[in-house]
Amino acid sequence: MTARIVMLHGAVILALFLLQFVASDYAVLTITRIMVLAIYALGYNILFGYAGLLSLGHAMFFATGLYAAALGVTRLGLAVPEAFVFALVCGIIVSVVIGLVALRATGVAFMIVTLMFSQAAFLAVLYFGDITRGDEGIVIKDDQRNFSLFGDAVNLADPVLRYNIALAFLALAIVLCLVVVRSKIGHVLVAIRENENRTAMLGYDVKRYKLIAFVLSGSFAAFSGAAYALLFAYAGSTLASIQYSINPLLWTLLGGAATVLGPVLGTALMFLLVDFASGFTSASLLFVGVVLILLVLFFPKGILGTIRQRWLRWLP
Amino acid sequence: MAGRRPGHPFSSRTASLLAFFPHLLLAILEGTVAAAVLALSALGLSLVFGVMRVVNVAHGEFFMLGAMLAWWIAKMVPGGPAIGFVAALVVAPLAVGALAFITERLLLRRINYDPEATIVATIGLMFVIQQLALSMFGADAKAVSAPFTYRIALPWFGFSGYKLFVVVASILILLGVWWVLAKTKWGLVMRVTQFDRETATAFGIPVTQVYSAVFVAGAALVAVAAVLIVPIQQAHYLMGLDPLLMSFIVVIIGGLGSIKGSVIAAVIIGLSDGIISMFFSPTLASIIATLAVALVLVFRPQGLFGVPAR
Amino acid sequence: MSTTKLIVPEKKRITRRSALKLAGAGAASMFAGPGFVRYAQAQSSEPIRIGFQVHKTGIGAAYGKWYGQTTDAAVKLINEAGGITGRPVEIIAEDDATDPGRGAEVVEKFATQHKCDVAFGTLFSHVVMGSAPRAGELKLPYYVVSEGHHVASGKLNRYTFQPGITDVRSQVIAMAPWIAKNLGKKVAMIFPDFAFGYDHRDYFSAAIKAQGGEVNALIPIPPTETSFSRYFPQIPADTEVIYHVMVGPAVLTFVKELGEYYGSNHPPLFGFIDSLEAVSLKSPGLEFLEGSYFWEAYPRYAGAKPSEFDTFYRGKVGVDQYGASVSDANDVSTYSHMFGCWETLYIIKQAMEAAGYKGPDDRAKLIEATEAITTIPEGNEHPQGDKVFNGKLHQVFGHQNITQVKGGLGELVYRTTIEEGLYDSTEDYTKMAL
Repeated sequence: MTARIVMLHGAVILALFLLQFVASDYAVLTITRIMVLAIYALGYNILFGYAGLLSLGHAMFFATGLYAAALGVTRLGLAVPEAFVFALVCGIIVSVVIGLVALRATGVAFMIVTLMFSQAAFLAVLYFGDITRGDEGIVIKDDQRNFSLFGDAVNLADPVLRYNIALAFLALAIVLCLVVVRSKIGHVLVAIRENENRTAMLGYDVKRYKLIAFVLSGSFAAFSGAAYALLFAYAGSTLASIQYSINPLLWTLLGGAATVLGPVLGTALMFLLVDFASGFTSASLLFVGVVLILLVLFFPKGILGTIRQRWLRWLP
Repeated sequence: MAGRRPGHPFSSRTASLLAFFPHLLLAILEGTVAAAVLALSALGLSLVFGVMRVVNVAHGEFFMLGAMLAWWIAKMVPGGPAIGFVAALVVAPLAVGALAFITERLLLRRINYDPEATIVATIGLMFVIQQLALSMFGADAKAVSAPFTYRIALPWFGFSGYKLFVVVASILILLGVWWVLAKTKWGLVMRVTQFDRETATAFGIPVTQVYSAVFVAGAALVAVAAVLIVPIQQAHYLMGLDPLLMSFIVVIIGGLGSIKGSVIAAVIIGLSDGIISMFFSPTLASIIATLAVALVLVFRPQGLFGVPAR
Repeated sequence: MSTTKLIVPEKKRITRRSALKLAGAGAASMFAGPGFVRYAQAQSSEPIRIGFQVHKTGIGAAYGKWYGQTTDAAVKLINEAGGITGRPVEIIAEDDATDPGRGAEVVEKFATQHKCDVAFGTLFSHVVMGSAPRAGELKLPYYVVSEGHHVASGKLNRYTFQPGITDVRSQVIAMAPWIAKNLGKKVAMIFPDFAFGYDHRDYFSAAIKAQGGEVNALIPIPPTETSFSRYFPQIPADTEVIYHVMVGPAVLTFVKELGEYYGSNHPPLFGFIDSLEAVSLKSPGLEFLEGSYFWEAYPRYAGAKPSEFDTFYRGKVGVDQYGASVSDANDVSTYSHMFGCWETLYIIKQAMEAAGYKGPDDRAKLIEATEAITTIPEGNEHPQGDKVFNGKLHQVFGHQNITQVKGGLGELVYRTTIEEGLYDSTEDYTKMAL
């Protein structure tokens, strides 16, 4: 891994760390949320950007983590760190099972299969309404979110602490993503995206690599969902709906698919765009729609993708 | 009492369905109507999907626009619901078709009908149309009168005559579209284009114009479907998602581009949904249906009646 | 005591150190920066800033529009009368897209970006549930207008109140005696298959049982449903009352299909107006509702002898005697819910003035002053009627109304007492830390 790649990503993480000392209260809260969701987008990008598989159903993995964590602490009496592990394990199991089935489909069929599985998961949340409280959802109480780590009492209601937890998770996710895409796995995934048949003929087990990408992607999503539930104390069926499957796609496309930092940038920009638009108009949907259309028409590779194409060819 | 959920499978109510026949009859009637509604709303998507091999996510919003226009025209045109209905049947497809024409020219053509880019672009279009509908028509649910009201009084229950009219109308429309595709020169051109874009070009078929026509026709068909269906539902600016998902299911189960397959799929889904949900919780029925779609796609990607893509 | 407090209480500073550890960062001196900023005491002439979390888009948009109109009218009136503690009131409205995720963000924005004194106005339960934890952590008093049972159930926190509108549980148990006495004792319930519907199912079932009646069929309907006829055979033949509560636009289909199924010969219907808010009872297809009964928090149709307060309120909001906009008779309001905005704003005013509220440092005092409210008299400030506020539950209780549809208008047939809607609860928010 070249020095400038390490420096670039290190600088981004350091900048995010330093940002908390100058940012306004609101920015601290907002960036926390963006960082948690950016993990979701990073994971989505492994599958969509690198492996070239467009899923329309990632909300099911996000929701798996969300509900595993929320039900873990409220019903199973897990402590917060245990709930994270539990959610991650659930995320891995669900993505392995779904991956084994869904990856048999390709192209448009893969999109619809993931969409349908996700819709079934969404309906299941409603069906088990007596446990999940359906669309009203579950509120995690403060005392269920307090835990001790290395002897210190940790209170997730503290915004500064939460910012740093989210940052630590995001940093971990970025590093992991970087390692994956620079490794053999990443190269094979790109090869599969560019030409699946040729990659198979070269002797690679295409199915296995696709499954690896799928499970990595699903686990990132589940972890992000768990962080969302535990840091913001709420889990509800809306967060399992189609809208939340489309979101990571938009974020990734905006920032630039198949660039490591693209999804992070895209999440932040889309968030700011909606926040900015909703300040003066109720037509924020219109903004998002128009941005999407313009992106597809003029920047199909997203922001970082375009930058890479024009100037920084070394960008991972 | 409070904790019991009658929605669970095989709860006591199944046993208490003493008068089984009327229930079955109602389920079949409702299932037939559901099948007609499904087939009709999916027709346009099937056409576009089949010929152009792109997914138009804004399909549901074209449906919504058709329904909204039906409501708006009924309000504007004096002389009762029947005249408004006829006016809407003429105006809505024209207006929605015009929008589709613009979309095809300014959007789809410029991204060269790339399947993934089309999905993203039409998601954007979906948001834009929803927001415009909210701003122009408001957020409340809107009832639209049927052109006629006739209640068929059966010994056990009553049934809407208009619903049966919708069934007949969709059969006629489906037959009409089938006839165009199978028996006319237009249909031949479309089928060649669907078969292979390069071959079509080699035969001197103006492929982009065919695409344009198909996209507009698909939108106009869904607008007609909306005008027919809205009197048995209601117009609302967020109503598009449901027909979109259901159309997806129908088109995929039936097989890409196979109108016959779509119709058979609509009948299977419509009837089975009605009958399954007599015995199971309807939510469970929907879960089963969506999973079934996923599994059909996994194990038979060309759908039940489609031919494998080339 | 007006020493400036950190928004994060002193003792939680320890966690900054653990934050450091977690982030694996360097010297503790780095935390000398502004960090999580303290609030300066507001100047006395500055406006009171009320963050208004409003459903401008999404499934709640029809409500959001009228919540906005009612809020604007009340604020105009409050400002004309000198504002709150002599300071003008400023509404900062943000769209939450009827989405709990966005709702939480909007609450954060109110607390930290707009520096609002309080947040207010949320209707849909899931948005309240998603937003309330954020309000509690940011110690932003959060006054919801939702009618959900979530506040009184004890699930939320010290900072969340519902002082302007009664909750579902109270509404439902207040209806049971009248239904049992006047309509029948065998009730078939049709309700949405999610949390809001479960509150109806659980509390009404218990309440009708207490009246010697029974629920003879529970018919949950999935929220995604668009067609209803096939559910109707589940209504037993010996049903004496059909109890229906639906939400969402599909209610029009529901009523139409119920009418087609039964024709003119059917058990009496008792429904909740929620589903038909913003919908004219004269809409095509709703003829079937003629003669049926509705719960209304606040009757849409003013009737022959409206109270002077009701007339005043309608005039200011711009609603005619039929509950429609004065400028467009087809534009029907959400009359049974939006008064909650008006009344909640006056509760905020009352509590702020009782607390001697000067700025965000006084939020704890504001919470205690709100909890101290007990009886609320009827008046221009509370046109729906007098109410009782339970400070421990953070929930208000009031009169409920039963109307009968006659000629497309809901005419009042019975108004419950406040006592009929009271219930026992051991929840107590005042024991939570401020």
